[in-house]
Amino acid sequence: MPSKLIEKTMRVNRLPHIWCPGCGHGILMRDVAQAIENCGLDPDKVVIVSGIGCSSRAAGYMNYNTLHTTHGRALAFATGVKLANPELTVICITGDGDCTAIGGNHLIHACRRNIDITSIVFNNNIYGMTGGQYSPTTPHGEKGTTAPYGNIDYNFDIPKLAEAAGATFTGRCTAYHVQGAVKLIEDAINHHGFSLIEGMSVCPTYYGRKNKKGDSIAMMNWQKDVCIDAKVAAKLPPEKLEGKILIGELSRDESKEEYTDMYMKIIEKCGGNK
Amino acid sequence: MSDKRFQLLQGNEAVVEGAIAAGMRFYAGYPITPSTEIAERSALRLPQVGGKFIQMEDEIGGIAAALGASVAGLKAMTATSGPGFSLKQENIGYAAIAEIPIVIVDVQREGPSTGLPTSPSQGDLMQSKWGTHGDHPVIVISPSSVQECYTETVRAFNMAERFRVPVIFLMDEIIGHLREGCEMIPPEELTISNRRIDREFNGTLAYAVQEGNYVPEFAPFGKGDHFNVTGLFHDLDGFPTNDNQQTDSQERRLLDKITKRRDRIQKWEEVDCDDCETMIVCFGGTARAVQGAMDMAKQQDFFKIGMFRPITVWPFPEEALNKIIRTNKHLRQIIVAEHNDGQMVLEVQRIVEGRVPVIHLGKIDGTTITPEEVLKKIEEEY
Repeated sequence: MPSKLIEKTMRVNRLPHIWCPGCGHGILMRDVAQAIENCGLDPDKVVIVSGIGCSSRAAGYMNYNTLHTTHGRALAFATGVKLANPELTVICITGDGDCTAIGGNHLIHACRRNIDITSIVFNNNIYGMTGGQYSPTTPHGEKGTTAPYGNIDYNFDIPKLAEAAGATFTGRCTAYHVQGAVKLIEDAINHHGFSLIEGMSVCPTYYGRKNKKGDSIAMMNWQKDVCIDAKVAAKLPPEKLEGKILIGELSRDESKEEYTDMYMKIIEKCGGNK
Repeated sequence: MSDKRFQLLQGNEAVVEGAIAAGMRFYAGYPITPSTEIAERSALRLPQVGGKFIQMEDEIGGIAAALGASVAGLKAMTATSGPGFSLKQENIGYAAIAEIPIVIVDVQREGPSTGLPTSPSQGDLMQSKWGTHGDHPVIVISPSSVQECYTETVRAFNMAERFRVPVIFLMDEIIGHLREGCEMIPPEELTISNRRIDREFNGTLAYAVQEGNYVPEFAPFGKGDHFNVTGLFHDLDGFPTNDNQQTDSQERRLLDKITKRRDRIQKWEEVDCDDCETMIVCFGGTARAVQGAMDMAKQQDFFKIGMFRPITVWPFPEEALNKIIRTNKHLRQIIVAEHNDGQMVLEVQRIVEGRVPVIHLGKIDGTTITPEEVLKKIEEEY
C-alpha cells in the first residue's frame, strides 16, 4: 500500500520505478514531492521538467504536469514554460551528466538570468543509464567504464558553479539526510529566483561497484559521516572541516530581480498588457 | 510600428508580422546570419502584443524554450540558418514525437559548416525533410516573395497547430533580405487555426485521438490535466513504452496524419504548365530568376516556358506534377533550377520516372542563378 504522500503525489499505476535496488533517486524524488506538499502548492500549477538519464525518469512518476525532454535541455525547456506562463511553479529534475555536461551551458545561463525555476540535480557521480561512464562529478582518480585507469578529469562542485554563474539560491542535500533535504527543497521552491540544489544520490550498481564503495547502506553511511550542515560548519575551525562536505543552504541573494517579473514590466511599458 | 496596410518590408521582417497575425506569442532564438532580423523584430514587436521574446544561450536552447512555451499553451517560433538548423535537429524530432506545434524558420546560406554566411543557398532542402534522426512527419513551406513571407508564415502556424507537428519555414537569403511591398492582412481577414484544446480532459488519454479527428486534442500545462510529455515512444497516456505494437501504431499515426492529408497541406504555383515545351521546377528565391527568364522569353521568339513552383516543398506536390506530365503533350524537358548541387531534382526524377528528360541547373558559389543562365540552359538542353 502506498503512503498517503505517494498516493497523492505519484502516478501509482506507473510504479514500481525503473531504478536499481539501493539507488538514492527514489528517496530524493519523494523529498521533492514532500517539499511541494509542504509548500501547499496547487498540483495543477506545478510543472516538473526533466532531461535524459536515470534522474530524469522521475518526471514520469510524479503526478503533476510533467515534461521529459531531450538530453541536457531540461532547463532550456523549463525556461520556455516559465516565461510563457509565470504563474506555474517550475521544478527541474536533472542529473550530473544531464545538467553539468551536455546541459552545462543551459545551467549557467539559467543561473545568470535568475529565472524563478527550482533545479534539483540528482548527483550519482556517474552516467548510470548508459552503464557507468565517468561524469563531470566523478571524483578525480576514481573509476568508470570509460576511465578504466582512473579519472584524470577534475570534478565540478555544482552549487559553487551555480553560485558563480549567478544563481540566487544554492544548496546541497543527500539521500541520507531526508528531513534536511525536504526543508532545503522547500526553501528553494519558496525562493523567488533561480535556485540550484545538488541532491547527493548513491549509485551502488555502477559508481559504487566500480570504486569499491560497498552497498547502498555503506554509501549512505558515508554520506552520514562525511556531510556537515553548513550552519554548524560555520562555527567550526577549518581543521575540523577537513574532508567534510557541506550540506544545507549554501548561498542566497535576495537583491536581484527575477527574470519574468522584469519581462512583465517590459510588456507593461510597451502597452502589450492591454 | 506603422499601422499602414501596405508596407515596404524585408522578407525576414514580414515573417515576424505574419507570425504575430497568426497568433505567435513566444519567440526564442539565437542570433545567426542571415536570419537575425527575425529575432530583432520579434524582440521589438512581441511585448507590444503581450508576447514574450527571449534570446537563449545557444541554438538548441532556442528551440527547446520555444517548445516549452508551446507546451504551456503559446504559439511559438524560432529562427536560424544552416549551422543553427543543424543544431536544432534533435529537438525537431522531439516536437514530432511529442506532437508539439512549433514553427522553425531556416534562412538558408551557402555551404556546409560556416560556409558563406551572407550568401544565398538552397542546400538545406533535403535536411529540412530528413535532418532529424528516425522516421518522422514534417511539413516544409518555402516562400518566394515578401508577401508570401507574411501569408505563408500564417499557413505554417496553421499547419503546426492543426497537425501538432513542427513546420519548417524554409527561406533563403534572397527572400530573407529582399525588400518589397507587403500587405499586412489583419488576423480577422485571415484563416487562423488554433490547436484543438481539450476542455474536458477528465481522465481522457492524452494521446488518444478523439473520433472524427486525426490528432489528439491538446491540454496546455496548468489547466488541470496532469499528463506526461516525452520523446520516448509512449502509450496513449503519454508514458514510455517498449511495446512493439504500440510503437508501430504511434509511429504510423504520426506519419499518416501528414501523408494521408497531404492534399490539405500541399500548395504550389503553376505558370503556363498546360502547354509549355520546357517546364522549370523551382522554389523559394530561385523562382524570381525563373520569372525573369519567362518575362525575357516572352519578349523574344523563344521556346514556350512554364514554371512549376512547390510552395509546400514537403510533402512534395507529387500528384500535381504528375498530372502535368500526363496531360501536357508539348512537354519536351524539365529543368530543375535550385541553389544547390541537386536536391529537388532527385524528387522530380523520382516522380517523372523517365517520361520526360529531367535536367538540373544548380549553383553553389554563393551567387544567384540569373534569368540569362536559365535561358541559356534551356537552349543548351533543347
